[in-house]
Amino acid sequence: MGAELLRAKSLYCERDDRVLFENLDLQLNTGEILQIEGRNGSGKTTLLRILSGLSNNYEGEIFWCGETLGEAKEAFLAELVYIGHQPGVSAQLTAEENLSWQCALHPSLDNSKIGYAIAQVGLKGFEDVPSYQLSAGQKRRIALARLYMSSAKLWILDEPFTAIDKLGVAAKEALMLKHLSQGGSVILTTHQDLSDSMPVRTLSLGKPQTEVAYE
Amino acid sequence: MAVKWLPRWFFQLASPRWCYQFIGKLIPWFAAISITLVVAGSIWGLAFAPADYQQGNSFRIIYLHVPAAILAQSFYMLMAIAGAIGLIWKMKVADMVAKSVAPIGASLAVLALLTGAIWGKPTWGSWWVWDARLTSMLVLLFLYLGVIALNSAIESETTAAQATAVLALVGLVNIPIIKYSVEWWNTLHQPATFKLTEKPAMPAEMWMPLLVMVIGFYTIFGLALMLRLRNEILVRERRASWVKELLSVKA
Amino acid sequence: MSDRQVSVGRLFAQTFKRDLVLAFRRKSELVNPLIFFLIVVTLFPIGVSPEPLFLAELAPGLIWVAALLSTLLSLESLFKADFEDGSLEQLLLSPQPLFMVVLAKVTAHWLMSGLALTLVAPIMAIMLFLPAEGMPGLMLSLLLGTPTLSLIGAIGAALTVGLRRGGVLISLLVLPLYIPVLIFGSSAVQAAITGLPLGGYFALLGALLALALALAPLATGAALRISVSG
Repeated sequence: MGAELLRAKSLYCERDDRVLFENLDLQLNTGEILQIEGRNGSGKTTLLRILSGLSNNYEGEIFWCGETLGEAKEAFLAELVYIGHQPGVSAQLTAEENLSWQCALHPSLDNSKIGYAIAQVGLKGFEDVPSYQLSAGQKRRIALARLYMSSAKLWILDEPFTAIDKLGVAAKEALMLKHLSQGGSVILTTHQDLSDSMPVRTLSLGKPQTEVAYE
Repeated sequence: MAVKWLPRWFFQLASPRWCYQFIGKLIPWFAAISITLVVAGSIWGLAFAPADYQQGNSFRIIYLHVPAAILAQSFYMLMAIAGAIGLIWKMKVADMVAKSVAPIGASLAVLALLTGAIWGKPTWGSWWVWDARLTSMLVLLFLYLGVIALNSAIESETTAAQATAVLALVGLVNIPIIKYSVEWWNTLHQPATFKLTEKPAMPAEMWMPLLVMVIGFYTIFGLALMLRLRNEILVRERRASWVKELLSVKA
Repeated sequence: MSDRQVSVGRLFAQTFKRDLVLAFRRKSELVNPLIFFLIVVTLFPIGVSPEPLFLAELAPGLIWVAALLSTLLSLESLFKADFEDGSLEQLLLSPQPLFMVVLAKVTAHWLMSGLALTLVAPIMAIMLFLPAEGMPGLMLSLLLGTPTLSLIGAIGAALTVGLRRGGVLISLLVLPLYIPVLIFGSSAVQAAITGLPLGGYFALLGALLALALALAPLATGAALRISVSG
């Protein structure tokens, strides 16, 4: 049982006339993997965006290492790697250029590890290729390469394994285990089944709800 | 954001239901006062105030033009401040106020421009003059239209409210700059004769009905705002049980 | 220099460089606003009158209005591509000051819109028979005024980046805010032609620029966060 990293209290979110979740509590400690489950449209992506600070369309409180997100914003962002639905890769830039800019944005990313990271995701030889010439899976791998360069504690990953093959998934699972052993944590959503050996806790969203009634 | 120095009623305002009921109580009073003031002011100004020795009776349009212009400007400020409150304290009611004020303010700007044009015809011989005040009012109308357009372009209500709040604040900062630059531009191109809305030393018989009209406009358009706000509350809170009860009782 | 200062400077430089590289790799986007500038200026002699005296009088204001419209045209691309590929999200998740990133992007944008227009303006001036005395005033006023146009325009671009067709809406939001720059900019050129002192105009344009530099990136950052959170 590690130290508390991220804690959410009484989260409430509504969107398009539907309540996505209410009274949601969650806690993530160091060395844990939390998987958010739910049907399509149950609010998984919304929850991840709220937890990473991208969306403020919620009520409730979120704490990072005991401080509210508002107070600890900078410290929180410095320890966060977020990979969303879109890979965050500029099509006109090469893999190396993309990662280089990411390093300027996030001090937690190590510039010197770019070559190593690109090799680890199987893109060796493609460093200088403009990304529009790469497949969707390859672009996603550029995004995932950041995980090899980062010393950040919290990874929030939204469907990270889309268009990644089994070998790639296995490699990422190994990476996540290594991350956990160094005191990091992961929150993710995925349609793929993670192998049984992974220490995963799950949180289910989207209990069947028809009408919304509230005071 | 817990700010302890704010009085309790400020946070009470945050409840749409409370606002709906409170405003409902105010409406009859406002209706009575505003109609009295506007009717009295109109009759006084249009019939009884002395005619201007230069412009004759056509100047009487100021009893509509000046209040409309004053309100158009102060309602923009209200819209920006309400937007700011909604942005900082995440208050839904403040967002609703800002959204309700926008069309009213825009209509007032149009009224000011139309009455300005009506004044211009007998005075200058043309329906429009590129006078500093009128041009500034036109730009204010554009600022209003921008806010309304942005609000309707964004689908999510909360995002729309936040975006328009930012836009309204940016506009607010710019308004003094725009007014100054337009006035300066105007003096460059027109010899300093007399301006369309110049108010030289007006005798009491002239500015008193004007004052009555200004207050009357504030109350009557405040009333319009309150009615719109109540509607907006019902629409936004339509899924709440108190609204459903209310609507089923009325049905 | 402290660690943090080094990284902020590096962030500015990297973002600036990135935006320039991106723009040069999408060459058509670079050139379109300039062509538009030229076409707009050409419309007036064709549509109204090619009389040299008439055009000369029209020239200062016309060149300025054309510059405004060309800047508007190039604004939509400021944040759109980044929004669509997810880079904007990453940008907003940086622990570094958003102000710097926005400033870097706007500077890069200005280099390719306002500055480019300023360099092309003499051609327009010749086509509109602007007297030679007005040329330095024209260039300087554009040089001082176009950065403000980019800064204010960025606010409009940020507010509408999430909309599918934000193009026309940007114009509606931003053009009223451009009026002071237009007034002082074109008056500066008029003054230059008639030989009046220009110091006051440049001071005013400079003041507008200073205000925009201080405040516009803040509003732009707030607008970006709002657009992405939706």
